[in-house]
Amino acid sequence: MAAIELRGLTKVYPGGVKALDSLDLAIPDGEFFALLGPSGCGKTTLLRTIAGLETATGGAVVIGDRDVTGVQPGARDIAMVFQDYALFPHMDVTDNIAYPLRIKKVGKADRQRKALEVGTRLGLDQLMDRRPGQLSGGQQQRVALARVMATQAKAFLFDEPLSNLDARLRLEARTFLKKLQRELGVTTVFVTHDQAEALAMADRMAVMEAGHIRQIGTPAEVFQRPANTFVAAFIGSTPMNLLDGTVRGDTLEVAGCKVPVPVSAEGLLVDGERIVYGVRPEYNTYSAEPAEGSLGGKVAIVENLGASHLVTLEVGDVLVQAVVPEGDEPELGVDGFATPRRDRALVYRDGELVSA
Amino acid sequence: MTRFVLGRIGFYTLIAVLLAFFTIPLLWLAAAPFTSDPTYEVRVPDFTLDNFTAILEHPYALPSLLNSLVLAVGTALLVVLFAALAAYALSRVRLPGRDALLYALLLLSSIITGTAAMVPLFQLAVELNLIDSQLGLILILSGGLLPAAIFMLKDFMDSTPKSYEESARVFGASPLQIVRHVVVPLVRPGLATIAVWAVANVWGNFLMPYLLLSDVEKQPAAVIMYTLYTEGGQANLTLLSTFGLLYSVPVVLMYLFVSKKYGFRFHGGIKR
Ligand SMILES: Nc1ncnc2c1ncn2[C@@H]1O[C@H](COP(=O)(O)OP(=O)(O)OP(=O)(O)O)[C@@H](O)[C@H]1O
Ligand SMILES: [Mg+2]
Repeated sequence: MAAIELRGLTKVYPGGVKALDSLDLAIPDGEFFALLGPSGCGKTTLLRTIAGLETATGGAVVIGDRDVTGVQPGARDIAMVFQDYALFPHMDVTDNIAYPLRIKKVGKADRQRKALEVGTRLGLDQLMDRRPGQLSGGQQQRVALARVMATQAKAFLFDEPLSNLDARLRLEARTFLKKLQRELGVTTVFVTHDQAEALAMADRMAVMEAGHIRQIGTPAEVFQRPANTFVAAFIGSTPMNLLDGTVRGDTLEVAGCKVPVPVSAEGLLVDGERIVYGVRPEYNTYSAEPAEGSLGGKVAIVENLGASHLVTLEVGDVLVQAVVPEGDEPELGVDGFATPRRDRALVYRDGELVSA
Repeated sequence: MTRFVLGRIGFYTLIAVLLAFFTIPLLWLAAAPFTSDPTYEVRVPDFTLDNFTAILEHPYALPSLLNSLVLAVGTALLVVLFAALAAYALSRVRLPGRDALLYALLLLSSIITGTAAMVPLFQLAVELNLIDSQLGLILILSGGLLPAAIFMLKDFMDSTPKSYEESARVFGASPLQIVRHVVVPLVRPGLATIAVWAVANVWGNFLMPYLLLSDVEKQPAAVIMYTLYTEGGQANLTLLSTFGLLYSVPVVLMYLFVSKKYGFRFHGGIKR
């Protein structure tokens, strides 16, 4: 087991694409760390640079106490699961799981026993003689996990290991993976572009944009207090309402309505300055009657989320969304009011969170 | 309507003539060895085995088939080994001007074993003491086949995903281990194609062995075939037809075996 530390890591691809821009990151021993970001932000590049499959243009990669920046991937004591799993098609499940041991010159009988042991733990014992082509996506994923488990590596790197699974299986695999990581206690870096996956699984997570890390924190911190408007818009199954506003004394003027200054920004705002007011739809209370500090408008869209509804109000010329419990959803076109929770609303100045 | 029928009749007549053109020599090859005193015409054989006895008594006929086998297998092994390593490297390493290099090699290869280079090749072989040596011939034949083999195999390797190799690399496999454990099994049909192609090429090559091997005992079947004349200077059809049959059987068997084992097709591209 080992901690991972990145210092000023930079990766410029031939051709001039700067995929990682002087990135600093410290992942403590045993942590389940998620890397989240939109497509093309450099997540895979970061993971591959940690693994040593890409050479860093600048900066350092430290695993445990060892600077491995110039070290070959095989000598870094890490194991990686690729997005397509990269199971060897010409080997059966046993040989696939045992492959890392074969490289370490473990005897045939020993490594087959070990493969069966790990395979059994992941429920693969009936499938040990099959080729990858004869397995379902979920089974292939478990073989890939078994193969990295057999390595006894100090850290696991996963590149979107769940994205090839269908939605249902993905939920199961998510729980399974999290439980497994808990039991093994191996430092794990997990790349995903699915924010729900990151929130659900990670101990801590980083949100990336264009080669930069925009926020690092626990899922709760990142969800409740996005450090900037990029993260705010990216995180959450329903995107946060981000509304332009102006400070007017101890209230904010947002979309033509007056709302109180949120708790987090109290005493930090200057009268008359322009800000962005942010509140998640989940933290808006919907009512049919106006309330103190509410945003009022016409109900434009009602979307069914299952146990709740997402109501979109037209407030002036901006849209404000609120989540309404099932049974309370309004008719289209009626007047509605959304009251932000003062302890959950946020204020952004120049795109950055205003907070003490 | 009549025009259509006439057209059809014409078409099928043409096909029949073409077919006969290619079938008759094959029929002759199948029938003549079993016929007493074969001539150029295709006759129903009388199923004599005398011709085979005659060829067995020929001092160089059977050994020459063995020589052909040595040359073909030796060359195929060298070509497959070096082409696999070179194609892998060329497919995976980014080199400026790599494609230009490949095309240049391909062009040059037709020169190496071609007529233009015969004299220099002969001189080179003399200088290196490789004249009259099967090893020398194998090296020269391999050199001639390698560029095209590398070219074909590189295409094959390009189409196999890199993540298999990267995965093995992260587990600590060395480049040679990666080639042995991962790349070779993945491109095995390609390797089989190259091997078959090399064997067929060497088997049918007359010019190079004729030029470089003067010792009759080392000459392959393609060259010995050329010596099967009667005292009168006429083609000895008894020996020629029988030897021709023996000469073609191994290649046909190899095609059947490999295509059954790997199930790849020889027509068109080489990709699976
Ligand atoms: N081999 C390469 N050569 C040049 N540019 C590359 C290479 N690989 C990636 N890039 C570029 O680097 C940037 C980051 O790519 P990367 O694959 O790390 O993104 P990602 O976050 O993993 O995206 P996704 O979610 O789509 O997988 C992109 O702009 C991409 O075009
Ligand atoms: Mg990626």
